[in-house]
Amino acid sequence: MRTVSNEIESIKDPGPAPHVLRAADVNPRSEKRAEQQVAILFALSGVGSLLLIYSYVFIANDVFIFIPVMGNQHAQQLGLGIGMAMSLFFLGMAAIHWAKTLMSETEVVNHRHEFRSSDEDREDFIKTVKEGVAGVQLGRRKLIKRSMAASIGLFALPPVLLLRDLGPLPKKQLETTNWKSGTRLVTDPGDRPILASDLEVGSVVQVLPAIAESGEKGEHPERLLSDIAKDPVLLIRLRPEDFNLTPEKLAMTHEGIIAFSKICSHMGCAVALYEQTTKHLLCPCHQSTFDVTRGAKVIFGPAARPLPQLDITIDAEGYLIARAPFSESVGPSYWERNSQ
Amino acid sequence: MTTAEKRVGAIANFVDERTGAAGWVKKSLNKVFPDHWSFMLGEVCMYSFIILLLSGTFLTLWFDPSQREVIYDGVYEPLQGLKMSAAYASTLDISFEIRGGLLMRQIHHWSANIFMAAIVAHLLRVFFTGAFRKPREFNWILGIILVTLGLVEGLFGYSLPDDLLSGTGLRITSAIIQAIPLVGTYITFFLFGGAFPGVGFIPRIFTLHVLLIPGIFLAVITIHVMLVWYQKHTQFAGPGKTEKNVVGHPILPVYMAKAGGFFFIVFGVTAFLSAVASINPIWLYGPYTPGQISAGSQPDWYMGWLDGLVRMAPPWETHAFGHTVSWNILIPALIVPGILFTGMALYPFIESWITGDKREHHLLDRPRNVPNRTALGVMSITFVMISLINGGNDILATAFDLSINQIMWFSRISIFVLPPLAFVITKRLCLSLQRADRELVLHGKETGRLVRMPSGEFVEVHEPISEQKRFILTSHEQPTPLVLEDIDSRGVRRAGTLKNKLRVRLSKAHAVAIPKVTAQELKEIEHH
Ligand code: HEM
Ligand code: FES
Repeated sequence: MRTVSNEIESIKDPGPAPHVLRAADVNPRSEKRAEQQVAILFALSGVGSLLLIYSYVFIANDVFIFIPVMGNQHAQQLGLGIGMAMSLFFLGMAAIHWAKTLMSETEVVNHRHEFRSSDEDREDFIKTVKEGVAGVQLGRRKLIKRSMAASIGLFALPPVLLLRDLGPLPKKQLETTNWKSGTRLVTDPGDRPILASDLEVGSVVQVLPAIAESGEKGEHPERLLSDIAKDPVLLIRLRPEDFNLTPEKLAMTHEGIIAFSKICSHMGCAVALYEQTTKHLLCPCHQSTFDVTRGAKVIFGPAARPLPQLDITIDAEGYLIARAPFSESVGPSYWERNSQ
Repeated sequence: MTTAEKRVGAIANFVDERTGAAGWVKKSLNKVFPDHWSFMLGEVCMYSFIILLLSGTFLTLWFDPSQREVIYDGVYEPLQGLKMSAAYASTLDISFEIRGGLLMRQIHHWSANIFMAAIVAHLLRVFFTGAFRKPREFNWILGIILVTLGLVEGLFGYSLPDDLLSGTGLRITSAIIQAIPLVGTYITFFLFGGAFPGVGFIPRIFTLHVLLIPGIFLAVITIHVMLVWYQKHTQFAGPGKTEKNVVGHPILPVYMAKAGGFFFIVFGVTAFLSAVASINPIWLYGPYTPGQISAGSQPDWYMGWLDGLVRMAPPWETHAFGHTVSWNILIPALIVPGILFTGMALYPFIESWITGDKREHHLLDRPRNVPNRTALGVMSITFVMISLINGGNDILATAFDLSINQIMWFSRISIFVLPPLAFVITKRLCLSLQRADRELVLHGKETGRLVRMPSGEFVEVHEPISEQKRFILTSHEQPTPLVLEDIDSRGVRRAGTLKNKLRVRLSKAHAVAIPKVTAQELKEIEHH
């Protein structure tokens, strides 16, 4: 291996290879045949268009046909698609076959010129620009220069300002959920309150905060999607001795029932997969894995924080309730989040 | 003259007398286009874009870009009675109730994928052949803008139907924006019109997806193609081809017929795929609700590598002074891609700085003849491929019965190890290909025929290659490394010596080559 220089003599350009004539250029029979082939291709394209029209008008929307390999297929969709594909594809093939076999083809040589303008043009150009700039006399007009700079700076603000009403300010929205102290846990879906005694060891339930019955005219208030984006909680019952928790976290459980936010602390996907044997929760988005026995500690993946734990207990009737709201924001991190 | 010819003449006359266009049009029609299969990749991009415009416009006629909640009462039974957004419901209607609607949706989605694949292939062609060199740097940068826009346009596109899969994608998008220090939270609230999922995002990205971004696309593609036209296409080296000419077919009739025909073929193939291969069957995913998720959540492949980077990121966050910085999101989703795309955009200037070559280039390189660049390209591809593989780690894990942990650790390590390895291997490979070229020119190709020499030994007969082929294999320039003195002509140490040293090192690495066969060498061999 070594570096070489270009001072050596290269092999000379032998010039282009001689032009080879095509069959159709010399043989009238080939020419005729090529012509027929092109016509056939155009005809096939026409067949495709007809198939499309037929499928659109005559095949009902609920007809399925069985095609080997592909299985049951929606007949209309297939007819429209194959018809369209044929009509386009063969049109293209016809044009190309025509060009390749029959159209006059001669290779041509074009010459290039350098893009750089001539020296005079460049000098003239520079002179014009210089004169133009000098004519503005910015150097002498300090006052104009400064006021112009200031006004252009200010001018940049309105366009940004005008976008302000795109949405509300975040306020406390990322810090709060609908879990209050005393809120009942209700199943999702179903909205049924849950008796602690009904939960068997090993079971997992997705719950939401019960919404207050007292909507304005007594009707059931709606859950907003933005609530469902932060309220869901997973309820898991283990044997109390399975836990390996700090005393504070243990106090937040109820007889082996532990509750975590279902919203991933990484990017907010729903942490939906629970593995019975390992007692791990897995987020399908980026596979962050949380150990339920250790307070949803992250044991794998990109998430940096455990899933927030909800403090739960039971009310007088034995239904599960939240003892306190979440003590930290649920979901992904953000600049203003106080994670200490 | 036939009547058709007369009519064309009359129209041409009418236009020319009012615009004086004949001169310019004549010059344009005389432009020639060199032929090579890889020059069609750019065309595929353009044609897919046109297909996207056509099929997308069809979809807009029925699509309702609204997050307003409706109860579905259409023909698809499994979802009847469910609450969903109008966007999702209207996408179901397009799929099940509009004749040809599903076909158009599938054409739109397939062509989006073909579009992105063609852009990537086209970009690689331009990179590996050195077509980005002076005077074509502008077009290279426009190309980088087009890929970036394509990524965003595609993401917005598959987010529109508001199904469970795409909603999950939007959830992740919002988390990425939200992770930007200082302003992220505000920007998300403004973009989404409130706390996620908000009320405004789908209608807003709809406007961007069907109006603003396609408008920018159209403008940039136009400039891109006009520059190709004006600067004339590059060509591969070969007999009769020089830096000062272009050899090929004129636009009329052959080139026009082939290009036009090719458009219909691309469209036809897209339609065929869409007829037989289902893509994005949103009715199977169900409507989006943030409390649920479909297992195996995957973005389209062109976003998959970013997802893979996010998946392999270490769990780093900084918590200080009441603030949180999510490195686990910022690094893989914003910083690494930012560096990658900026590096790509600047590459033509970086290479010319390394080689000190400021001349125009219209003849393309064979990738093996520029080992350093080729190796760098393969290194980047390796990086992206590992990310992409990791983006599908859950699918791979189930398909090959591996644990996700294994795949993740494999990716985390190999993202650092394999790209440099790929660089070294590629560079060696290029050099051995150069050596093979040298052998070929000097001794011809092996025929597989053995003859017995009078002395009794067997030798293989070599057949000399044609003069044209010899020229093709030797007409490239072999670069010389830069020489930069630390001391200038007046004996003063130059400023920026370190930078000079780096530049000299790089240019030396760039100039490594197997010496090509010279005319003298060939003569000597022929005289034996
Ligand atoms: C230029 C690049 C473009 C790309 C890469 C792109 C990509 C996409 C993708 C991947 C989807 C999801 C499709 C599905 O799953 O059904 C989509 C949806 C959609 N696109 Fe595009 N698109 C492009 C241009 C356009 C244009 C120009 C229009 C309209 C003028 C348009 C209109 C739409 C509409 C209305 C939808 C949603 C309807 C539905 O999914 O059924 N797109 N786009
Ligand atoms: S969102 Fe759960 S791991 Fe990324």
